Amino acid sequence: MMADTHFDENGLVLAADGTPLKQSLARALRAQKIRALLLIAPLLLFVTISFVLPIGEMLMRSVQNTAGTEYIPDLMPNVVEEIQDWEPASGEMPAEPVYRALAQDLATAFENRNHTQLGRRFNYESAGMSSIFRKSGRRVSNWDIETDGPFREKFLDIDDDWGNIEYWATIKANSGYYTTSYFLAAFDAQRTSEGIQMKDPDQRIYSKLMVRTLWLSFLITFCTFALGYPVAWLLADLPAKSANMLLILVLLPFWTSLLVRTSAWKILLQQQGVINDFWIALGFTERMSLINNQLGVVIAMTHILLPFMILPLYSVMKTIPPSYLRAAKSLGATNTVAFMRVYFPQTTPGIGAGSLLVFILAVGYFITPELVGGADGTFISNRIYYQFSSSGNWGLAAALGTVMLVVVLLLYYIYDKLVGVDNVKLG
Amino acid sequence: MATKLPSYATFGQRVWFYTFRVICGLVFFYLIFPILTIIPLSFNAEDFFTFTPEMLRLDPDGYSLKHYRDFFGANGDYSWIQAFMNSVKIAPLATLIAVSLGTLAAIGLTQPHVPFKKAITALLISPMIVPLIITSAGMFFFYANIGLQGTFMGVVLAHAALGIPFVIITVTATLSSFDESLTRAAANMGADPVTTFFKVQMPLILPGVISGGLFAFITSFDEVIVVLLVGSAGQKTLPWQMFIGLREQISPTILAVATILVTISILLLTTIELLRRRSERMRGITPG
Amino acid sequence: MKLMKTIIGTTALTVAGVAAHADSHNMADSMTVVSWGGAYQNSQVQAYIEPYKEMNPGLEVITDESSGEAVTKLRAMSEAGNVTWDLVDVTAADGMRLCDEGLAMEIDHDEMLAPAPDGTPATEDFGGSIVSDCFIPQIVFSTTFGYRTDMVDQKPESVCAVFDTETYPGQRALEKRPIGNMEWALICDGVAIDDVYDTLETEEGVERAFAKLDTIKDQTVWWSAGAETPQLLADGEVVMGSTYNGRLFSAIAEQDQPIGMLWDWQMFDLDGWIIPADLPADRLARVKDFVRFATDTQRLADQAAYISYGPARASSAPLVGEHAELGIEMAPHMPTDPANAENTFLFNYNWWASYRDDLDSQFQAWLLE
Repeated sequence: MMADTHFDENGLVLAADGTPLKQSLARALRAQKIRALLLIAPLLLFVTISFVLPIGEMLMRSVQNTAGTEYIPDLMPNVVEEIQDWEPASGEMPAEPVYRALAQDLATAFENRNHTQLGRRFNYESAGMSSIFRKSGRRVSNWDIETDGPFREKFLDIDDDWGNIEYWATIKANSGYYTTSYFLAAFDAQRTSEGIQMKDPDQRIYSKLMVRTLWLSFLITFCTFALGYPVAWLLADLPAKSANMLLILVLLPFWTSLLVRTSAWKILLQQQGVINDFWIALGFTERMSLINNQLGVVIAMTHILLPFMILPLYSVMKTIPPSYLRAAKSLGATNTVAFMRVYFPQTTPGIGAGSLLVFILAVGYFITPELVGGADGTFISNRIYYQFSSSGNWGLAAALGTVMLVVVLLLYYIYDKLVGVDNVKLG
Repeated sequence: MATKLPSYATFGQRVWFYTFRVICGLVFFYLIFPILTIIPLSFNAEDFFTFTPEMLRLDPDGYSLKHYRDFFGANGDYSWIQAFMNSVKIAPLATLIAVSLGTLAAIGLTQPHVPFKKAITALLISPMIVPLIITSAGMFFFYANIGLQGTFMGVVLAHAALGIPFVIITVTATLSSFDESLTRAAANMGADPVTTFFKVQMPLILPGVISGGLFAFITSFDEVIVVLLVGSAGQKTLPWQMFIGLREQISPTILAVATILVTISILLLTTIELLRRRSERMRGITPG
Repeated sequence: MKLMKTIIGTTALTVAGVAAHADSHNMADSMTVVSWGGAYQNSQVQAYIEPYKEMNPGLEVITDESSGEAVTKLRAMSEAGNVTWDLVDVTAADGMRLCDEGLAMEIDHDEMLAPAPDGTPATEDFGGSIVSDCFIPQIVFSTTFGYRTDMVDQKPESVCAVFDTETYPGQRALEKRPIGNMEWALICDGVAIDDVYDTLETEEGVERAFAKLDTIKDQTVWWSAGAETPQLLADGEVVMGSTYNGRLFSAIAEQDQPIGMLWDWQMFDLDGWIIPADLPADRLARVKDFVRFATDTQRLADQAAYISYGPARASSAPLVGEHAELGIEMAPHMPTDPANAENTFLFNYNWWASYRDDLDSQFQAWLLE
């Protein structure tokens, strides 16, 4: 022990200011932690507001049972209350009180211009419902609730479909503040009189699109690996000067606008395009279908994502001393054995990083499949965008987005376990 | 694998050596060829993305600068230039936010004892991982609620969020190779933390900051979906205009724009390469 | 109740209208006009936005090309209570949707729009094209087929040439949605035009349409933006394809491509303006002033000098002249020209409003098979 070390009466080590050393160190550690968190806090706050909350909002949309800005039970309070006593299984139309409640709610909804949104909401579940709501709104608003009953006949006069039991079952099933309908649709399931069932196999869309998205992303990841590995190896092996020059050939496409690269592939791959012209010039007679199908998507996306494979591979390979391979060979290993047993295992972190990065990015692709995918090569993202912008079924778009988000986060988790998110390198 | 073939190489080794080079050459060709085809097509005299017979005959009549003139608004339509200006306004602001907040956070994250370090890093990198269609749909709803949808600020904030992962990744990478004893030495000589940061730390991590900033910049400069949903006409950026050019009206002006952008990319890449060499010199690593 | 509303509404309109005419200082000096981009938006800029700007120096007109997402974006803007658009160009179906949802302003057409030069009130002059209380019609356009003249042995006369792969080998371009395709498939399968929608309401009818489309499915390129078919035809990628007639006109007349028009069973549709609901008074005054000018008889006829879409006003038709640059007579290129309009049908907005979601998912499932 050094002479100036202090002890208290219990024999604990004291710091220079007289506090126990352990406590003093703990305080220093705490200060360090706080300082680090203070440095991170502004960004954390920023990302939370600009990114995390929006994602949360989207997740909420997938279960909220709304038409326009308002919840269904708020728009149809009377119907929601009365319809609880009606059972779809009874096979009979709802009783008069339900129709009377409908007349009340529809009149209010018409005043507030909500009746067509209600119709649109139910139309997602049962085709044809939007028209009966639209048709009835104006007529119902002229009725007097007190004196004009009974309303069942009046509704049936407007449209026979007001007696359709399937429609009423839809209303009953969607009368809460929250709904599972969008998730059911996202999994190609539907509510029937016998409970929840999968749709007919030839009516399924989203499960097929999801499988296709995952399969094509896997294929694209494999292609980027097959093409990227030799190039990364060459780059790692060359002297830094020439490697950096060649690296520009990798980075240039990476920096060129995605839209531009996609349209370039459009020009190259079409039937009267550059590649097919060359093919014919070689003496072949049949032109190849390279675009508007899955092949086109794989060719274009492999090109676009290749740098994301090469860069992590290269940064890992650069750290492997070439002497290892030489040592293996001088110990009698053949080229193949030296590669398989010595070099390749050391590059696996790079392969893992590159593959997962490419795969995760590919799963979320939208623009390239939209422009070169045709009918065969579209991804789940394209359908989300369609539901979101053209069809306006925001709930379904959100539910599909949530499913996709879960898949991606799962992959991200695996990525983190295998590679560590703090080990991603970009060139 | 070796850089040069030794004189004693066997026949098999020779074959492998050349085959390998040819494979790599083909991959490089695949990477570059699509970009190269754009350049001649941008001088097409016609309004379609097609190599015309005149172009293939190298007939001067098949070529023209009209798509470049269109870009600069020669026909009185300044939408391309306006879109370009919007991109030039939005991208630097988004980059500035991403870089300043991102660098601070990266410094925080590389401190010795950070609680929840993994979770925080994962969260900060997630904008790069979450598919853009999901991000943009979420932003569309949320920004609409808080009055940011369709505003300049909304687009800037959205793009800044997308750029942040790149800054975090590059700056933490530079910082992890940063020699902490330098800051201790500065502190020892009486420098306060702020002085230490600007005089010692900053110059050394600057290449990482710049490279992260460039990634953030290009992310904003090349982003379509988010701006399409979060933005409105007043914030129409260059990629948005290009997307319209591809979908609503096939306009080869986008090829002229592409050629201009590729040229800018080459200049930027050269800048990065020079910066990288400078940083290696400063850290005492000489390129071999 | 309804009557009161109308009276109050009309009074408000009149007051606003009078104020607008009395004092142009109350009008906003900036206006955001949303349209479809491309040649169509250009025709609007040339025919009425530029002339209007000349009459109103200092006015700033911002153009947006978001009409494709108009319904979604307007919904979001109105949810957020911040509508930045002043005037939106939409198809009739979207116009009706926005009107029903209260997102578009209801207007009194006779009050707001200029009468024809001979004094015919606007409602009569526009006639049946006023499909909703919010909709201000501009043009009639059609979705129809174009074909490569140098790739066919004989000129196709009937839309069923699309399904005749023996006489017309090669790929076809069709829109990636059920609307239009289902109707054509049934017509070519022998269903009378009056029975088409009744047939489509039945499961067998839908299957019948898909079975017809199945015969060309593997030779079809599916498009989602109107510009794709002209590009595919110009490249020789497809032998025939559907798109908006104005796109084909510009490929044929302006770009000189070897493309011919196949007008048989063209599908008519309408396009027009809607004004978002609840605009502030100064912006509303500006928009009304602009719309009155932009939809008068002469302006709608002027637009036809830039694009081959038929003016929605009856009184504009005789004034349709020559193409602004090429000097060719425009009337024979209009979808409404009697020679082109022998077999036509109108896009049935009401029917599709109910069945679109359902048929669309069936169509997507069919594409995936």
